[in-house]
Amino acid sequence: MSELADLLTYYNVIFLLKGMATTFALSALGCILGGLFGTALAVARLTTGPLTLPLRALALVFTEFFRRVPFLVTLMLCFFIFQFSGLDVSTFTVGCVTVVLIGTAFLAEIVRAGLQSVHPNQWHAAETMNFTLLQTIRYVVLPQAWTVILPPAFGFFILFIKDSALASQIGVIELTYVGKVFNNRGFSAGVSFGVILVAYFMLSYPLSRLGAKLEKKLGSSRTR
Amino acid sequence: MDYTFQYGQVWPYVPYLLKGAWLSLQIAFLAFCGGMLIGTACAAVKTFGSGWMRHGVNAYVVFFVNTPQLVQIYFLYFALPDMGIFLSSYMAVLLGMTLNAGAYLTEIQRAGFESRRQSEMEAAEVLGFSRWQQIRYVILPHVAKVLFPPLSNHYILMTLGTSMAAIFGVEELTGRAFNINSETFRSLEVFSIVAVIYVVVTLAASVLLALFGRFAFRAKMRVV
Amino acid sequence: MAHLELDNISAAYGKLRVLDGIDISVGSGETVGLIGPSGSGKSTILRVLTGLLKPEAGQVRVGGEPINFDKPAEIRRLRDRAAIVFQQYNLFQNLTVLENVMIAPTKVRGRKPRDVRPEAEHLLAKVGLADKINSYPDQLSGGQQQRVAIARGLCLKPEILLLDEVTAALDPELVSEVLDTIRGLAEDGMTMLIVSHEMGFIREISARVAFMADGKVVELGSPAQIFDAPEKERTRDFVGKILRH
Ligand SMILES: Nc1ncnc2c1ncn2[C@@H]1O[C@H](COP(=O)(O)OP(=O)(O)OP(=O)(O)O)[C@@H](O)[C@H]1O
Ligand SMILES: [Mg+2]
Repeated sequence: MSELADLLTYYNVIFLLKGMATTFALSALGCILGGLFGTALAVARLTTGPLTLPLRALALVFTEFFRRVPFLVTLMLCFFIFQFSGLDVSTFTVGCVTVVLIGTAFLAEIVRAGLQSVHPNQWHAAETMNFTLLQTIRYVVLPQAWTVILPPAFGFFILFIKDSALASQIGVIELTYVGKVFNNRGFSAGVSFGVILVAYFMLSYPLSRLGAKLEKKLGSSRTR
Repeated sequence: MDYTFQYGQVWPYVPYLLKGAWLSLQIAFLAFCGGMLIGTACAAVKTFGSGWMRHGVNAYVVFFVNTPQLVQIYFLYFALPDMGIFLSSYMAVLLGMTLNAGAYLTEIQRAGFESRRQSEMEAAEVLGFSRWQQIRYVILPHVAKVLFPPLSNHYILMTLGTSMAAIFGVEELTGRAFNINSETFRSLEVFSIVAVIYVVVTLAASVLLALFGRFAFRAKMRVV
Repeated sequence: MAHLELDNISAAYGKLRVLDGIDISVGSGETVGLIGPSGSGKSTILRVLTGLLKPEAGQVRVGGEPINFDKPAEIRRLRDRAAIVFQQYNLFQNLTVLENVMIAPTKVRGRKPRDVRPEAEHLLAKVGLADKINSYPDQLSGGQQQRVAIARGLCLKPEILLLDEVTAALDPELVSEVLDTIRGLAEDGMTMLIVSHEMGFIREISARVAFMADGKVVELGSPAQIFDAPEKERTRDFVGKILRH
């Protein structure tokens, strides 16, 4: 216990909080940008006709690839690509690019499932009135689908908070990295990582409760 | 970016990598099976158990679901030795993944149990099914059908999750990638090949699981 | 000249052949009624005419011009000219009644909301929904939704109106309201193809009636012929059963 007291000095707590903030920022960025790009991919996959076939194929390959490659491997790929490209970017940037790529792929699937949950009748009605695909999605489908999209998207955000722990491997100073620093400074692994586990819990648990509430609320409300 | 890819140097290592992939699959399989045992037991406790048992299970699930697997394994690998428990890196990873899987699979299975439809049960009762017959012909098939897709999905995620074993020096697919990287320094070549192996392996697993799910449980499953 | 012609149209859902050599023509300003047992393919004809289902064979002509269903531009043109009111209404659930009526003219045709709004309100008043313009579809009864769908179709100012069972979900009082609306349209010279089980109405409003069964037009003729002196056994069966009800 005294070791824990030794660890929780003012500066260490600040360091810990910064790590938490970075972890949060990393997954928030991955989900916000990933959500935007993912929506674009989801829409691309709904296009029809031969002209947009390359677009569809590209969207398919992108989503399948980044959903089937481990976080760590994507991270290393991004890391080495930046290294060999000679661009001098921070490891934080590399981490950001990684989470955005992965977030895009997963959220594209979540959005696509949401769009497809809207009854075909709604799509058909819009189609017969000459709505374009984008108009249909913007005015008719997304306003009905967002209640279906939001809960799993939020769930993914919470999952990402924990997955982004791997960014510590390339030196992004997020929560897990903070734990490794504590450990290297001579604090025991039990205390160092114990504190980190608690910090993750404090970040993730309230959010997951919020997510459960959100799901309940959206589930019971109607489509508007 | 003037990087010339030289896959020639890396090709000879492909069989070595594939053996690593085999180990990844084994780890995922063992952790999944262990997780299923824990998960089924815990889900049963949560559904039928007494108050304090439910609280115990809840604490376990909530803790593991809200903290990163990576830090859990750090804790097992680096902190347990201080308490006199020495785990090999392989065992630490396997134990961490199993405990983590147990928590997630508890949640998934509990949701499945709860989806037993009341009307179906009543119909079965009216038809004069015995309790055992109800379980055998009504509940089990329904639960299997509902549970199989999310369980398969989690299995794929776990296969990807095994890559963090590399951080602890386990020579599974990603671990071997790091080995080759430090021998040849053809980082992009190595990691891109490894990425493709992950895609192929998990895609094959998804296809097999979807076929099995459709055939055995008439579960609605899509691969892409 | 016929305004709308179906020439030997065949169509299928996957392998299931639903339309089998349909010939129907509707003159300009004419109203043609389409009757037949459930599943005979009536809705499917309207799906073809709105480009939702591509025919496997045959030709659709509007004003004498054949429609090439492989050309998106021609399908868009077809949809500009022919509006459909669906059997299941298909109102946009996220929009109010007024928004449902206004969205296509403003967002798709690019007209000014300030110009469309009075027209939309007028149409909604005409179908008896002046007090419901700010309600959402799920706050309306089936019949009210049906009338919104009609107003929505009309606000597109189509040359041709395709109506699918517009009175199916209505109680008798409302039926007469909706039928009055349609009667008014017929008097204004709208070209219409109307699917209905409402035999009295079909008989009154249609210049000609087509009886369909199993994806074929069994008999096409004046209402008097179809209802009083059908030539085909199959028609006599159907009409006899319906009228006895
Ligand atoms: N989307 C679809 N996919 C497959 N088959 C369909 C589809 N829609 C309709 N069918 C089938 O096509 C046939 C004709 O259907 P259609 O809806 O045109 O009948 P209908 O004459 O309008 O019947 P009703 O009077 O009940 O509305 C039916 O056998 C129906 O089962
Ligand atoms: Mg129909």
